[in-house]
Amino acid sequence: MENFDYLAPRSLTEAYAALGSGRTSLMLAGGTDVIVQLREGRKQCDQLIDLKHIPELMSYGFAADGTLEIGAAVPLAQLYEDPEVRRRQPALCDAATIIGGTAIQSRATLGGNLCNASPAADSSPALIALGALLVIGSDRGTGEVPVEAFFAGPGRSSLQPGEILLQVRIPALGAREGAYYHRFIPRNEMDIAVASAGVRIGLDESDRIVSARVALGAVAATPLFVPSAAEALIGQPATRETFEKAGAAAAAAATPITDMRGSAAQRKHLVSVLTVRALERALERIREAR
Amino acid sequence: MTTIDRPTYRIVGTRPIRPDGVEKVTGKAQYGADVRLPNLIQGRILRSPHAHARILSIDTSEAEKTPGVFAVLTHKDFPVAEDKIEELGESAVNLKELSDNILASDKVLYKGHAVAAVAAINGHVAEEALKKIRVEYEVLPPVLDVRDAMREDAPLLSETRFTKSMSGQASDKPSNIAAITRFQGGNVEEAFAAADHIVEREFTTKMVHQGYIEPQNSTASWNSDGTLTIWTSTQGAFVVRAQVAEVLRLPVSKIRVIPMEIGGGFGGKIPIYLDPVATLLSKKAGRPVKLVMNRTEVFMATGPTSGSSIKLKMAEKDGIITAVQAEMAYEAGAYPGSPVGAGAMTMLSPYNIENFVIDAYDVVVNKPKVSAYRAPGAPVSAFATETAIDELAKAAGMDPLEFRLKNSAHEGTRMVTGVPFPRIGHEECVRAALESPHYQSPIEGPNRGRGVASGFWFNAGLQSSVSVAVNVDGTVNLIEGSTDIGGTRASLAMQLAETLGIPYDDVKPIVADTDSVGHNDVTGGSRTTFASGLAVVEAAKDIQAQMISRASKLLNAPEGELRYEDGAVVSSDGSKRIPFAEIAAAQGRTGGPIYGNASLMARGVGGAYATHIVDVEVDPDTGKVTVLRYTAVQDVGTAIHPSYVEGQIQGGVAQGIGWALNEEYYYNEDGTLANASFLDYRMPTTLDVPAIDTVLVEVPNPGHPYGVRGVGEVPIVPPLAAVANAVAEATGHRFTDLPISPRRVVEELHGLA
Amino acid sequence: MARSHVTTTLNGVETEYLCEPRQSLLEVLRDELGLTGTKEGCSNGNCGACAVLLDGRVVNSCCVLGVEAEGAEVTTIEGIGNADKLHPLQRAFLEEAALQCGVCTPGFIVSAKALLDAEPDADEHRVRWWLAGNLCRCTGYDKIVRAVLKASAQMQEA
Repeated sequence: MENFDYLAPRSLTEAYAALGSGRTSLMLAGGTDVIVQLREGRKQCDQLIDLKHIPELMSYGFAADGTLEIGAAVPLAQLYEDPEVRRRQPALCDAATIIGGTAIQSRATLGGNLCNASPAADSSPALIALGALLVIGSDRGTGEVPVEAFFAGPGRSSLQPGEILLQVRIPALGAREGAYYHRFIPRNEMDIAVASAGVRIGLDESDRIVSARVALGAVAATPLFVPSAAEALIGQPATRETFEKAGAAAAAAATPITDMRGSAAQRKHLVSVLTVRALERALERIREAR
Repeated sequence: MTTIDRPTYRIVGTRPIRPDGVEKVTGKAQYGADVRLPNLIQGRILRSPHAHARILSIDTSEAEKTPGVFAVLTHKDFPVAEDKIEELGESAVNLKELSDNILASDKVLYKGHAVAAVAAINGHVAEEALKKIRVEYEVLPPVLDVRDAMREDAPLLSETRFTKSMSGQASDKPSNIAAITRFQGGNVEEAFAAADHIVEREFTTKMVHQGYIEPQNSTASWNSDGTLTIWTSTQGAFVVRAQVAEVLRLPVSKIRVIPMEIGGGFGGKIPIYLDPVATLLSKKAGRPVKLVMNRTEVFMATGPTSGSSIKLKMAEKDGIITAVQAEMAYEAGAYPGSPVGAGAMTMLSPYNIENFVIDAYDVVVNKPKVSAYRAPGAPVSAFATETAIDELAKAAGMDPLEFRLKNSAHEGTRMVTGVPFPRIGHEECVRAALESPHYQSPIEGPNRGRGVASGFWFNAGLQSSVSVAVNVDGTVNLIEGSTDIGGTRASLAMQLAETLGIPYDDVKPIVADTDSVGHNDVTGGSRTTFASGLAVVEAAKDIQAQMISRASKLLNAPEGELRYEDGAVVSSDGSKRIPFAEIAAAQGRTGGPIYGNASLMARGVGGAYATHIVDVEVDPDTGKVTVLRYTAVQDVGTAIHPSYVEGQIQGGVAQGIGWALNEEYYYNEDGTLANASFLDYRMPTTLDVPAIDTVLVEVPNPGHPYGVRGVGEVPIVPPLAAVANAVAEATGHRFTDLPISPRRVVEELHGLA
Repeated sequence: MARSHVTTTLNGVETEYLCEPRQSLLEVLRDELGLTGTKEGCSNGNCGACAVLLDGRVVNSCCVLGVEAEGAEVTTIEGIGNADKLHPLQRAFLEEAALQCGVCTPGFIVSAKALLDAEPDADEHRVRWWLAGNLCRCTGYDKIVRAVLKASAQMQEA
């Protein structure tokens, strides 16, 4: 591995100053991707900036309006071990509990999973479906961006030089809203999604779908937000037939490739299956919550 | 457990704690990568980015100038290798090809082929130096698939390789087909003409890796007196010594190989990859050098076993398998030596089949040279035969196990080589499977199916040496030279304690280095508990004779009136008795140290059979196959330590499930192995296999005093076919290509391909 | 490259070391501190052979930098038990023959300890789920799972 400097700023101010030094920087949160990428020569940097000593990035909690605000460097295990997080944002936990194995989840973070910008990342479709916003900071201030606008290509986020992903904000689910994240992997753990689907739906009193978001993983150059699948759902009854139409719309939107993890045809087929299954389970969650 | 005519033993058949266990659960055990020496430096290897290329030049000058670099090595530093064959136990190797595989000379034959090496103050510096080595290549088109490589217009890996056949005649043109072997008996044409049913199928399988968790490693110290010490993880220290001696043209006596604990091998740690490189780096650097592969290197450049293509035709008449015709081609990788011969010799061994013709092709391709992998060659040939047998049983309207029983081989049945079987236990396995709770219970629910399959694997005999030192306190040291890859210190110590009639805890076994014990062939071929066990029993008998001689002095009785019994020497009338410990304590005054030896070429190998039952469920929408239940029945001869016998079976089954469902070498067109990581190679995790039930059938091997049969390899033979047969039941589709991955299943069931 | 000074509590003992930023915790433990019980199987977080406890949580030490252990508590296999006082998991692995080659064993024991510390009554499915990040190629996992369940039962009785 090429050598680099290790910096552990204690505040965002210190972190921004380090970023502004003109040297090539990489962020270190859980390290489960970036350390391996450095070791395997897939990334290089002059300095590695450890974000885990910045208090804002290491805490999470529910805001007054129910929004779940998660510091970008909070380990996944810490999130899904919290019963409140599990109860109020189960779809986030669908993703957080399957990223790598237990030892990975002790370290890996939402911030890292997002910034690594893998098209197959598990958190991305879940967060897009949940309508999550990302808080991005720099020495010029902070701003918000929807998760679906955060990705620029395989391994590339829209972060600009000098910017740090600070926080993930997940809006509360309403009383008649449910969400689910579902991926397909050949093994039963320790695998990368061949395809995945995250969904959120909201129902009215007559079980008609009034809101919907659908997102896909591993079937395009970036995690894919699929408004056409939502359009197939909104205004329709929450039935298998409706879900299958959304599945077909999702499959039509997918532009997968063939590689060692799966074929394009397999992935297109899976998108439809997974979207339907995720919708059915989101519906179950709404019904269970009643 | 079904036991047939087996005596009751005191220690054999019990489950004591293994002698090396505490060291291994506390992290104290020293594996190859754990070696620490004064002045130790680290080596790294530069590997080819091309699957097939001629090396035009290598410029190492910049690397040599890098601060912290002590030595740089290319094939030019190697002595010219002889074009001759060396036997390695489970496999044989051509020394020129072995040498070229360790560091390429004129050509690179697969992506990942080693071309140069650096030793530096640490691994990071060595890696930086590797980047400064300039290699000029003339890139050639690669050939990656066995059938493509057999075409006349295929790119040739070597212009001087001609096909060898049984008659020894070479082909008149260079070819990637290194050898063709035919096994033949009876008259297949007549049998096919008279058949009730015929099945004809083509099967393919991909290369798969042994998947041991510990990467290859070697630490070498070129000593100031011209001797060489090597610390390494290997299945056979003596075979490492022999290979290093040949490749580097050193006298065997000057090389000492110290076998460290080994983190799995499954056949893959028989060939050498690193030892000569570490040796010459050490010689150049004047310091000991350690080389440890990373996981990518392990996948790209060690191991795998062959991908294969098998065309099979099989006939049945009145419930009897009457004929088999097979044409099987195995990928050898970069150099000849696939296990296609063993595949051919084992594929019909569970059965009594009169008429057969099997043609076996050994074919080179631009992928890593294959090495042995647990019952090398047999799993994929059994995949073909056991699939066809399943279909014939159906056609004949018979239960698949009853069909196998009716056609079973038994003592006296001739193998395809014409050699008759000794006492074997296939019929007993099938009967035990039929009676098992698993087979007796129904399988219910949609998309579920049950499959069965049988398998056979040889036992190797080969050479073993042990010494036994009796201590004055009545304990003994067992000095052996067989790598303990999964409990053989225990199984050998148990045989010694049983034969000497002393407590198991009084035996302290060690695996000695090559200077400290007589020659031992590899731990491979399921041979160690059997063959080194034979040596242990022989050495114990040597001890018994010495004990009788000493007791004769102590008891003032003629030796002829004494016998050894239950840990003591007793007189024939029973009036006098002196226990082992007392004779041991008196050894200094009765003639000196009591020290037993045995060195032998083991005869009387048993051969091992297994019959497996598996239930699966297939998700027709995703193509995923879930293994619900698994029972493995095996004739184990006599289970010396049943827990470790069960463990061998369970481990083989898990590997077989991985092979059947997900594992494969996935190559891009340019010859890049795209899934060279544990992440994407997809070996089974805890969640991918169920509890694996074992049924130990004991049909003692008459060739061993305790009836031992080698148990380690045959468990991987049936699972591929058993799983495929279960998937066929569950889906109604017959999958003849492995792996039966979700991709393959979903594409097949939904017509996506 | 300047080496960083790190102070950590290693197996209960305050320990100082120097390391380069690029050195993983695994590398530091094995090469700098001589604790070779923690094994390297893949160096990319996919086999669990290098599992250690970092502030009580199981991590792959190949995916942690040595410098990140500053101020942390690190427990390796060497800190879990010894021949005179084996941890119940270690004893159960021996009694159940839950190891063959043994190279994955330290990782399994460390990972299983983290599980039983957090969930003393974990059932078979939880055990299999928790240990899915630890690869074993020898045993087929059957005896490992049994050993963990046995240790769990014994620890709850005690």
